Amino acid sequence: MTEGVWPAVLGRFVWHSLPFVRAWENPTASEIIGAGAASIVIFGAVLVVALITRLGKWRSLWSEWLTSLDHKKIGIMYIVLAFVMLTRALIEAVLMRMQQAAAVGSPGFLAPNHFAQLFSTHGSIMIFFMAMPFLVGLINYVMPLQIGSRDVAFPLLNSISLWLTGGAAGLMMVSLVIGEFSTGGWSGYPPYTELAFSPGVGPDYWIWAVTLGSVGSTLTGINFAVTIYKMRCDGMHLMRMPLFVWTALCTSILMIFAMPPLTVATALLALDRYLGFHFFTNDLGGNMMNYANLFWLFGHPEVYILILPAFGVYSEVVATFSSKELYGYTSLVLATAAIALLSFTVWVHHFFTMGQNANINAAFGIATMAIGVPTGVKIYDWIWTMFRGEVRFSVPMLYSLAFMMTFVLGGLTGIILAIPPLDYLVHNTLFLVAHFHNMLIPGLLYAMLAGYHYWFPKAFGFRLDEKWGRISFGCWVAGFYLAFMPLYVLGAAGMARRTQEVFEPAFRPWLYVAGAGALVLFCALAFLFVQLWVSIRDRDANRVFAGDPWDGRGLEWSISAPPPEYNYAALPRVHGRDPFYEAKRKGNPYPPPASYDDIELPKNSKTGPVIGVVGAATAFGLVWHMWWLAVIGVLAIGATVIARSFARDVRRIIPAAEIERTERRWLRAEAEITPIPRAVETTPANRGLAEVSG
Amino acid sequence: MNASRGKSACFALLSAFLLSGCNAVKLGVMNHAGPIAASQWRLYSIVAVVLIFVAGPVLLLTPLIAWHYRLSNKHNAFRPNWGFSWTLEGFIWIPPTAIVIGLAFLVWSYTHALDPYRPLVSAQAPLEVQAVGLDWKWLFIEPDQRFAAVNLLVIPVNRPVHISLTSGTVMQSLLIPQLSGQIYAMAGMTTHLNLAASRPGVYRGENTQFNGAGFQNEKFNVVALPPADYDRWVEQARASGHPLDAAAYPALFRQSSPPQPIVFSSIPQDLFQRILVQSTEPRS
Repeated sequence: MTEGVWPAVLGRFVWHSLPFVRAWENPTASEIIGAGAASIVIFGAVLVVALITRLGKWRSLWSEWLTSLDHKKIGIMYIVLAFVMLTRALIEAVLMRMQQAAAVGSPGFLAPNHFAQLFSTHGSIMIFFMAMPFLVGLINYVMPLQIGSRDVAFPLLNSISLWLTGGAAGLMMVSLVIGEFSTGGWSGYPPYTELAFSPGVGPDYWIWAVTLGSVGSTLTGINFAVTIYKMRCDGMHLMRMPLFVWTALCTSILMIFAMPPLTVATALLALDRYLGFHFFTNDLGGNMMNYANLFWLFGHPEVYILILPAFGVYSEVVATFSSKELYGYTSLVLATAAIALLSFTVWVHHFFTMGQNANINAAFGIATMAIGVPTGVKIYDWIWTMFRGEVRFSVPMLYSLAFMMTFVLGGLTGIILAIPPLDYLVHNTLFLVAHFHNMLIPGLLYAMLAGYHYWFPKAFGFRLDEKWGRISFGCWVAGFYLAFMPLYVLGAAGMARRTQEVFEPAFRPWLYVAGAGALVLFCALAFLFVQLWVSIRDRDANRVFAGDPWDGRGLEWSISAPPPEYNYAALPRVHGRDPFYEAKRKGNPYPPPASYDDIELPKNSKTGPVIGVVGAATAFGLVWHMWWLAVIGVLAIGATVIARSFARDVRRIIPAAEIERTERRWLRAEAEITPIPRAVETTPANRGLAEVSG
Repeated sequence: MNASRGKSACFALLSAFLLSGCNAVKLGVMNHAGPIAASQWRLYSIVAVVLIFVAGPVLLLTPLIAWHYRLSNKHNAFRPNWGFSWTLEGFIWIPPTAIVIGLAFLVWSYTHALDPYRPLVSAQAPLEVQAVGLDWKWLFIEPDQRFAAVNLLVIPVNRPVHISLTSGTVMQSLLIPQLSGQIYAMAGMTTHLNLAASRPGVYRGENTQFNGAGFQNEKFNVVALPPADYDRWVEQARASGHPLDAAAYPALFRQSSPPQPIVFSSIPQDLFQRILVQSTEPRS
């Protein structure tokens, strides 16, 4: 009787699936670390729930945040998610570096399978649940403000995307507590991830987490592209859009075309694993190279999905902190579009070593190097933007400068990897690992942090602490060089990536330096949290309610900080590329609207949270073969979508009187604030009103 | 006295540490031992020189311009509304394009010259080797000599070697950094790698594609011997090893890494083809 019931209810779950039980039975360092990680997840979840309950914030959290369709709040929630996941994946990176440093000629403290789970989760999280949410969050917050819109085109879809991503990230966290994760790396190459070689739940967690995330990202891409095409304010021609919006547009188009191949690849792998298909198996005509092609047809555009918004942030930051018009706007737009297009023509460089003929390899190698041209153009455009400007070395600008100097080194090693005969030597080695971290840390992460420092005062109404920002910046840069330059050497010496134990004593010094670098990077993140805490503590001294702390150029700086939920009391009309900068020079930056009208905004909706949570539960059911849960989940999602389609009352009105009150309060406050010159913008004298010069 | 001894001990330790660090690069292509790796190193050197001109201007201009045009330096021209110049556009677009076109010719010719499938030019016929990636070891078959070895590849110096690769399990990638680049080995498929050793020695080889819990142990040595020594070694191997018979064969496919290389004195007929077919048959 019990034999029939429990497997049907629990699927393949057994007590042994819990890391605590494994650590109890086999108390090695590796298992204890696994159980420790699981307890941190549980403890963290309990702590958050207890804290919210104690503060009595459940109702306001639900009605003001979780169900909100406001693009600004959704953007902030994406970035909170990115920081949580960054913390986990960075700790994993530190563990791996410590293991390799400790494992020269000895097994170290992490078992091979545990180590493999760490590099798989580290990669999957950093790409899908750190980088993607961070850039999507930033675009969500900033882009509608920059184009003079009140929201994105599909606010409900935006919430659903957030919750699908959040549900997938939740699944990643659950995999720490129940069962185990894939050992097949972030790219999940079959046949290793096929049932024949990885029968456990690990690859299934990977498949469903990535699937949920990739569906969310596809929807986001559609949403952003439609928003940029259809929701620009009067006068905002395409060639007047801020560069960040241009990069957001190109990234969205890449998402629309590049995410589906990933969804297809994971779906086909799921068919292999669940229904006995043979797309990528060794036997019965499967061919894993089809997977490699599909995966990198997504994977290569993906790296440009990540890097283009970063380029957008740098364009905004360098122009603002040089007090100068962006140099070569048209060139930058063309270069962005060229990169987006070329990104679809290079995927084979991820497997030059497959054994295809030299013509194919040479063609893809040359296409890859061609991307270097528009990328180089961009770097020079930023250099010439500083030329004849007045450069202020604020935290976002420091990140931009560190990026330009460091990214170019990654570009060099990228060219080495693009040349097939040289790629044969360093493919799959730490050289490759060093290269893509060299692109993604200075490229993406520094940009996201620059954007975080730059737009934080807009979102929350106070500046971030400058001193801790600089300390953290110093650690991110020093840590990067220490952690990744040794990996170039090790890779050139032939050290394979994903190695749990090292047998060459000659590698030891380099691994020690890299390990020290990982610790410095961990400190960098810790200091970022210290900065946040210090900034919240001192918030009253650093308020910038007037809304323009950096003498900004785009529309987003022309409203209060934080902005009202309707963004603009009257939709703006622009006449040039830097509308707010021009308005300040013309002496009328804050024109009161001719009349105040009612504004219609979308009502909150439970649909997003329901779909996200039920989606994650369905995925969990599929992972553990709890078929009842999967079936109920799928039905529930369908029911939710149908139920939502009957909801008629989805809009709410903000009355004109309330808008007038809010706007007048802001304009009154503004009249009392003294404008400040740029030299004191990082002091409490900065209340968000810029002294107009030049 | 004690302090100075401590200091000198520290110094000795540090220098030993640094020296052992420098030894790392000797394991790579910089210390090439064959014509393919030597060409790869030459190509790398050419590219490295070109890349100085790619990165140099950015590394110089970025800090110089940022510092020179800092806010506190009031002796500079300030042109907040300047944002375009045809001359600069030329400087920005044309040199990188020219460099990439130049590199394109280099890539085209070297990719063909160093195509792993291209046989090496030599008066001698190549030594045929068949390599099979297994969990977590490599089986090297020398079909003409009718013997095989696990985690050991012995080759004669200065004679081209043609390796046919497949996998008896998941995908793997064979890399011998001092001799040549890598190529994938995939079940049911055959790939090829041509290389040669130009001086006697022991060279490290490995699988670089993660394939499970024993991945890190999947290393082997390539021993390059003078031709006379090689012939002697083959004689010895065929006389003293164990045959790869029906009892030994299944053990190859068990997930393990032998602590020492294993030499098989004789092998079944068409062993490589047999594994090639076997790995595409339905698993029971």
